[in-house]
Amino acid sequence: MLSPGEPIGAKLYGDPSPFEAKVVRNVQAKLPQYISASSRTPLQDLDGIITPNGLFYERHHGGIPAIDSATHRLMLHGLVKMPLLFSVEELRRFPSVTKIHFLECSGNPSYKRPFGKTASDVMGLVSCAEWTGVALKTLLEEAALLPGAKWVVAEGADASGMTRSVPLDKCLDDALIVYSQNGERLRPEQGYPVRLLLPGFEGNMSVKWLRRLKVVEAPVHSREETAKYTDLLPDGTARQFTFMMEAKSIITAPSGGQRIAGPGFVEIRGFAWSGRGKVARVEVSVDGGRNWAAAALQEPVLSRALTRFTLPWQWDGKPTVIASRAVDETGYMQPGFGELLAVRGDNSFYHNNAVQPWRVAADGEVSNANA
Amino acid sequence: MRTRKVLVALVLAVPVAGPSQAQGRYGIGHAATPGQVKSWDIDVAPDGRNLPAGRATVAQGKQIYAAQCAACHGVQGQGGLGDKLVGGRGTLATPAPVKTVGSYWPYATTLFDYVRRAMPLNAPQSLSDAEVYAVSGYVLHLNGLLDEGAVVDARTLTELKMPNRNGFVSDPRPDVHSAACTRECPTAGATP
Repeated sequence: MLSPGEPIGAKLYGDPSPFEAKVVRNVQAKLPQYISASSRTPLQDLDGIITPNGLFYERHHGGIPAIDSATHRLMLHGLVKMPLLFSVEELRRFPSVTKIHFLECSGNPSYKRPFGKTASDVMGLVSCAEWTGVALKTLLEEAALLPGAKWVVAEGADASGMTRSVPLDKCLDDALIVYSQNGERLRPEQGYPVRLLLPGFEGNMSVKWLRRLKVVEAPVHSREETAKYTDLLPDGTARQFTFMMEAKSIITAPSGGQRIAGPGFVEIRGFAWSGRGKVARVEVSVDGGRNWAAAALQEPVLSRALTRFTLPWQWDGKPTVIASRAVDETGYMQPGFGELLAVRGDNSFYHNNAVQPWRVAADGEVSNANA
Repeated sequence: MRTRKVLVALVLAVPVAGPSQAQGRYGIGHAATPGQVKSWDIDVAPDGRNLPAGRATVAQGKQIYAAQCAACHGVQGQGGLGDKLVGGRGTLATPAPVKTVGSYWPYATTLFDYVRRAMPLNAPQSLSDAEVYAVSGYVLHLNGLLDEGAVVDARTLTELKMPNRNGFVSDPRPDVHSAACTRECPTAGATP
């Protein structure tokens, strides 16, 4: 005998099934503080290119501010004819743009041990969403740029007053001032009520809780673009203004912490993406990198967005290492970790886009082959 | 200060329809007044032109540091809950680099900007400009970059040449070119 379930209206904003309660953001235990910290997307539990808003990765530098969209203002000033203040409702009146793009922290993943066990531990500081907002170009034209304008300094209204300098070219290209994510207003942890979005650039630059844009001649050299988010090399120099998130991929199934049920058919699944444009192809190795085969790319394949790939595999029950590598539309191929370390050493901290290998044991147990 | 003069001049020179109506293509938004811009515009670039008036001493900074900073960054800037602020000179090219204000930060103006906007972590923007000058000066003193008796103001921070001032290079990527082998490859491609 069956009985009626929950009535309509029992939950006016729905939750996932209680049987999926383990699919949540991944927060490192025992951090010294959680005000400037991160949480990771559970990549291994996601089947599509859109990350649900409640599972989108977070990186905050001064906690999550509670901002009322009715009182929030965005200032646009500096080398413009007309310095302007916008309310959120005013920003929503401009012609709108909707795009699907990934966002990724440049510290994803680490260059050093421990490398983490699961796909989320390793590479969970990437997510992808459909963003809606106004093109930053539209606002800059509204204010009218003055000669000498070369950079735009973006500043957040959070307690860290997050500040990054963005090249004007990017601002006039595909930069968005976003107010909605996956169709609903931004979540507080994603910058409510308004954030910057710079497709393909390191996530830190897509300043959340955006309160000010200042058009300038030269970068401001904020703490986040000097002391942090710079890439130290073996010779002691550091790369600065390293914005681009290069092509990357990861197998999410089977991946670390999972177990293959037994020999036979296994569909290898994963995500690939590139800050330089579309993913052109993904190659998968099931023999530790000796041979590589082309995976199928699932539609849609979008510029600067997560792209899903699959490859059918007959596992023979023997231990092996599986891995994927992405090639983007510029022809750039995701490098092996050894190739990356040979050029950058292991103190660069940011922009590690190396191939992620998973070890498959005879019992089907999958673990991180880098660990 | 040049930016502000330019802004003032333009706002005076451009006639507007109403007291605050924007006049762009869409006419959406309101003109930001020079006063509003001045009160919001806190970022400080290496040229120092947006640094506030005022000055303070390293000695004053020592007291403020002890009260506001030492709990997280250590009494001598050795780090703790917060980043290590002192030391590390000569380590950047070693296997264990130590990145601090003294060893890594290219500009002293950035120190003022960051402390003023974001520190202390539990109460950002609670320090006065003079207190930020003082504590910035003290952190620079701990790094051996200012004397114990130094007075710190806009000029001090703008003119101070940080040890790692020339330590940064532009982005050469793509810098790693994969062997791109697909058949019977050496296996270095998939494992470290």
